[in-house]
Amino acid sequence: MIPKLPFLKSKDPEDKSKVFIPSRRDFLKISSLATGGFLLGVNFQCSGPKGNTITFAPNVYLSIDSDNLVTIIAHRSEMGTGIRTSLPMIVADELGADWTKVKIVQAEGDEEKYGDQNTDGSYSVRMFYEPMRRAGATARHMLLAAAAQKWGVDVSECRAEDGQVIHSGGKKIKFGDLVEIVRELEMPNADNITLKDFSSYKLIGKDVAIYDNLDIAIGKATFGADIDLPNMQVAIVKRSPVIGAKVISYNDAKALAIPGVNRVVKIEGSGIPPGLDKPLEGVAVIADNTWAAMKGRDALEIEWDLGPNQNYSSEKQLQEMLQSTSGNGKVRRERGNFNSARQQAGQVIEKTYLAPFYAHATMEPPTAMADYKGDGTCEIWAPTQHPQWARQAVAEALGIDYQNVKMNVTLLGGGFGRKSKPDFVVEAALLSKAAKSPVRVQWTREDDLHHDFYHAQSAQRIRAVLDKNGNLSGWNHHTVFPAIGATGNSDELHPSDGELGLGCIDFPYEVPHIRIETHESKAHTRIGWLRSVSNIHHSFAVNCMLDEVAEIKGVDPVDFLLGMLAEDKNLTFEGELKGDFGNYGEPLDKFPWNTRRLRGVIEKVAKEANWKQAIASGKSVGFAVQKSFLTYVACIVEVEKGNNGQILIPEVHYAVDCGIGVNTDRIRSQFEGGAQFAASLVLTSAITFENGKVQQNNFDGYELIRMPQAPKKTHIHLVESMEKPTGVGEPPVPPFIPAMCNAIYKLTGKRIYRLPYNG
Amino acid sequence: MEKFTLIINGKKQQVEVEPDMPLLWVLRDILSLKGTKYGCGQALCGACTVLLDDEAIRSCTFPVSEVGSQKITTVEGLSKDANHPIQKAWVEHVVPQCGYCQTGQIMNAAALLKRNPKPSEAEIESAMAGNLCRCGTYNRIKEAILTASKSY
Repeated sequence: MIPKLPFLKSKDPEDKSKVFIPSRRDFLKISSLATGGFLLGVNFQCSGPKGNTITFAPNVYLSIDSDNLVTIIAHRSEMGTGIRTSLPMIVADELGADWTKVKIVQAEGDEEKYGDQNTDGSYSVRMFYEPMRRAGATARHMLLAAAAQKWGVDVSECRAEDGQVIHSGGKKIKFGDLVEIVRELEMPNADNITLKDFSSYKLIGKDVAIYDNLDIAIGKATFGADIDLPNMQVAIVKRSPVIGAKVISYNDAKALAIPGVNRVVKIEGSGIPPGLDKPLEGVAVIADNTWAAMKGRDALEIEWDLGPNQNYSSEKQLQEMLQSTSGNGKVRRERGNFNSARQQAGQVIEKTYLAPFYAHATMEPPTAMADYKGDGTCEIWAPTQHPQWARQAVAEALGIDYQNVKMNVTLLGGGFGRKSKPDFVVEAALLSKAAKSPVRVQWTREDDLHHDFYHAQSAQRIRAVLDKNGNLSGWNHHTVFPAIGATGNSDELHPSDGELGLGCIDFPYEVPHIRIETHESKAHTRIGWLRSVSNIHHSFAVNCMLDEVAEIKGVDPVDFLLGMLAEDKNLTFEGELKGDFGNYGEPLDKFPWNTRRLRGVIEKVAKEANWKQAIASGKSVGFAVQKSFLTYVACIVEVEKGNNGQILIPEVHYAVDCGIGVNTDRIRSQFEGGAQFAASLVLTSAITFENGKVQQNNFDGYELIRMPQAPKKTHIHLVESMEKPTGVGEPPVPPFIPAMCNAIYKLTGKRIYRLPYNG
Repeated sequence: MEKFTLIINGKKQQVEVEPDMPLLWVLRDILSLKGTKYGCGQALCGACTVLLDDEAIRSCTFPVSEVGSQKITTVEGLSKDANHPIQKAWVEHVVPQCGYCQTGQIMNAAALLKRNPKPSEAEIESAMAGNLCRCGTYNRIKEAILTASKSY
């Protein structure tokens, strides 16, 4: 099974890593199936009569019952972004449904039916804004036609509103009362479907509360760990402490002596490379309840062959990586001739930047329930971002057809990329098969921090050349970090084009000589993707460097960047890249890289945050701008010292151009939360390895910011736009990091060259 | 295994478990009260917060044998019809993102308002510092507590 990561799309023929195979074409193939009801004029009724109700189901996302229940399918995973609300509300708005009465049902993992379900890369709204509108609009057209037929009036005299069709003469009929007629109608031709005018939307572009709002507040929302099945057992697994470690032998006598422990099962691990969808080697204790399983695991005696990574030190590797950046690397982008610019330089500024491994630390640690049945079928309940991949990985591990795996998707207690990977789901399936009963595998916090797919640590070196007139004439960026691809293929020694397209090779400024180089590094752990991926370290280095260059030039950093954007244009990087530019899986003609929009957010944030006055009054404010996931974001962070000398963040301003805003409340919440997420990356969090083992065990070692350290006020200034909507899950993170570092510099007088900042 | 009689959400419940079993697992695994969440097992994140009489405790490290006759309140028992001021304020401010930590946040906030009905922003920050939220809903949590405090 090939994981789909449109944000890392690459056409580079040399890029053989499984991770980066393009998925766009696959999606189009699948989505034409999923919405095929419209395209082919086929009215596939999902359900027949149930009791006395009959159902109109014009497509896989929507059904209307004769008792007036409107059900909309949420086919993408809810991990906190609000997508389970934001896509269904698009359908409801076009349909003219009464939103307060709509029922939302979470789809099973089934991409043949629903289209792309890989909830990742901030692309749910981008990919499904149009299909969801069409899904609702088609049903509306049919309901209007049904009402017109019933009343013997012209369809143009009818409109749909609040769950009913209304005639201009005042007659009204509920959607449910039209089901019998509308079921018999032909699907309209897609060309005849008109979408509503934006100004007439009642939900799109407004603040809409999340569907699960109340359930969460009363403790009734169902997450992965909340699934109970009759005769279920709980498994806790002792996993290989070092990547590639193998169990030589184990003694389970003491574990089995603990009351409630029923069975001990070895899990065969993938070894090296560890893979993105395979479990780690381990020994599982299966018990009646979680506590017994935890105690059982503590009592296991395991002899490990620790393998080739047993001497791995992340600090030692980081220093070697840093050293490597002083030499020549593999050139990934070249404009002009950097070396000649350097030779004719008035001044060369050279700085290095280090960032650590980060863990996702979702508040809900990985967990999944599996019920393997003797007949070769398996039912799963899992908090997964990528249900189809999980389904395929389970099928492969069990040696059954994926059609025989039913993948129920629960709410996710956080995702951030961790729960894209199905390793924990596969564990549950294998253990259920071994135990011949339903088994829920529960990761402890220690498991989560010790066995994550980490954001890679990185070393970067940037040389900025000022010519004799003081203009920035050369930019030489070296970046080195273990690639995501190395988790599946140990020979991947350079970051992929996809990873470089995230804030590195897409350097947008008018500098005549640019040279971007990468260096080799090996992965000694599982590398994954964390909210905004390599934008995290790239934005840190690039934007901190730009701030420093502006200071050396003696100009305001906002003015400096505006000046370097020169005239408005669409960037293509053509002729300069040695590989492919992924553009987050979208063609540049559809989603251009537009410098006018970047300029727009810079100007907006400077104005809204009163940047010039803040500087003049001596406030410690920092600025940065970073386009990521096709969304343009500029950020200004203010910091101050608390009573104990700790860094406090009184205020954050974001200017955001994400095209059309669908659910404006959830856009704001992503930025409020993104600022806090990024503040942890700056201030508190780091994963380190010694002797191949992660050194942080729990939230005392891997710290996240807490309420006193969190930004006190976060203001989000949305650019009003009718451009196609893009995503907002990840884009808050990249610009915040350097903006905060630049602000801390104003406060302390010390530049930050290594994350996390520790005073 | 030992028998314990617990008063949970106003109801007497008998359980037979190992005496060292943390209250969290008694609630979740034995009594199927799933609103209280596991986050760290070390009293570091607050996801498992419940009330013991009026005090917020971390149920993940609190052995069932130490509960005695004290009354336990979980999120399921905080109010009838979701009408606790804290819950109403949470809904009004649309506080949750993923929602996983929120029941612990709500129980901790309920305990705070019980002992300090009109907390300042600084007092809220310090009282809520033990409850982590990875999604970053701290601003709205604070606003919701300030809103709820108006009905105290």
